[in-house]
Amino acid sequence: MNNTIGTRLKANKMALFGGIIVLSLFFAAVLAPLLAPYDPEAVDRHNVLARPSRAHLFGTDDLGRDVMARMLYGAGISLSVGFVSVGIATFIGIAIGAAAGYYGKAVDAAIMRFVDIMLSIPTFFLILAVIAFLDSSIWNIMAVIGLTSWMGVARLVRAEFLSRKNREYVLAAKASGASDLRIILVHMLPNSLAPVIISAVLGIAAAVLVESALSFLGIGVQPPTPSWGNILSAGKDNLEIAWWLSVFPGLAILVTVMGYNLLGEGLRDIFDPRLWNERSR
Amino acid sequence: MLTYLTKKTLEMVVTFMGITIISFAIIHLAPGKPTDVMADLNPKITPEARAKLEKYYGLDKPVAVQYALWFKRIVMLDFGESFSSDHRQVWVKIKERLPITLYINIASLLIILAIAIPIGISSAVKRHSLYDRITTVGVFVGFAVPGFWLALLLMMFFGVYLHLLPVAGLKSAGFAELSFQGKVIDIARHLVLPIFVSAFGGIAAISRYMRSSMLEVIRKDYMATARAKGLTPKRVIYVHGLRNALLPIVTILGLSIPGLIGGSVIFEQVFSIPGMGQLFYMSVMTRDYPLVMGILTIGAVLTLAGNLLADLGYAAVDPRTRR
Repeated sequence: MNNTIGTRLKANKMALFGGIIVLSLFFAAVLAPLLAPYDPEAVDRHNVLARPSRAHLFGTDDLGRDVMARMLYGAGISLSVGFVSVGIATFIGIAIGAAAGYYGKAVDAAIMRFVDIMLSIPTFFLILAVIAFLDSSIWNIMAVIGLTSWMGVARLVRAEFLSRKNREYVLAAKASGASDLRIILVHMLPNSLAPVIISAVLGIAAAVLVESALSFLGIGVQPPTPSWGNILSAGKDNLEIAWWLSVFPGLAILVTVMGYNLLGEGLRDIFDPRLWNERSR
Repeated sequence: MLTYLTKKTLEMVVTFMGITIISFAIIHLAPGKPTDVMADLNPKITPEARAKLEKYYGLDKPVAVQYALWFKRIVMLDFGESFSSDHRQVWVKIKERLPITLYINIASLLIILAIAIPIGISSAVKRHSLYDRITTVGVFVGFAVPGFWLALLLMMFFGVYLHLLPVAGLKSAGFAELSFQGKVIDIARHLVLPIFVSAFGGIAAISRYMRSSMLEVIRKDYMATARAKGLTPKRVIYVHGLRNALLPIVTILGLSIPGLIGGSVIFEQVFSIPGMGQLFYMSVMTRDYPLVMGILTIGAVLTLAGNLLADLGYAAVDPRTRR
């Protein structure tokens, strides 16, 4: 009988664990100005590449900046890139997927062809080209990641809409004269949200990885603005002397991505009715 | 069969044109021009000389016209001339870099399959066991490890700390003097880490997909029938189950090719491997449009070839699609 979302969330350790990680990251990012022991951009020429110590828990980088402070501020960067780019991707994906699923036929065929084409492009190449041609501001990075990662959501929404467009409640809404937009937004979309939310959570993990890779390659977030990827880039340049520059930011990315993945997969189990009775709870 | 092939070929042509149109449009509509980079290098360049250069490269024409001209040349396999100061043919430049990228990707694909499929099967068969739990945790961690970070850690451990493996490039300093056998060993030693890194994420992903696909298949009636006939559990899983469980994996492998190609930029940069990914990075930085487009086109061709292979593989595993 314990089948409310709340109890299932508590019972699902994956989702719970992932949720805790995501929440702590959120707090770390918001409270960074209070938590950070130093100014993340304060250069200290006398303390270059200092080993982790009580004064600098995660050591300092090649300009003597405190790595821990930079990582705390970097959490905000990676979080906002993740949320904004996935927001963009989800919005586009819902619009395109809904149009394909609701109108069907030629509209659907044309849209799905376009989706297939987008899926065949090595998107990382395209992202790299666009970011390198534009200037690598954080807004450009968000926009480009969003514009190249909406295809999964579009497919999901389309499939949901195709399977629902002839249900009684949709036909009833149509018969009572509701507009297409109203049927899509009010009657059909709320019923299709679960898979969209799951894929958005997993999408944030992917976006965090892409952002860190771009910053690592030197075309993402530009120093002095701190990001986990650009700290790692400094780590590569000082590989032989400063292990702390590579180890800590990488761990942060790992934990973040794992947090979102656990939350997403956990939510998938929670929303999947086939699993509700399978486990004895 | 013939209509199926015609349909597939037509689809591939449409997809190819779509990919190249999207890439071309994005690259040429982005603000700034390649002549900006040239002007940066040579600040004395006059506006007249710039206009002349733009005209020489056809950059003054509308994008649609530029694409039409580009496409006309590409069907005759003419990729044009690089904008860089050496003015070499784009195709020649790509040809030097392509093989090493292909070798690394194919080797890592084979390793992914060899490791991930058995892991996926055994954790599905022993579901909820300790083994299954350990591999599940491993998969979640493996999924989340950024490839370039793993590369840095391995370089630090095997290269800097243990001095066991070289950390960059393809060949050691004294490569030319080595015997044939020595050369093979030298290149292999340079490739161990790049191949492992590029396979790592795939192993996690594919073993996860294999596990859920196998779990799906195990519940099927024909599996119960096979067990009821008295076949050994091994035979039931590996003969009756595996074939069906492999179908979604084939599709996923086909879909993962663009990602593999894209990922080569990262690990080729990290390991300083002179492959196509590194070439792409350099071409993007210098706004070498013909080279950028050439590599994106080769990427598109590789993706389509991979999809075709996936379709053929699907037909090989599933006789129903052959009709």
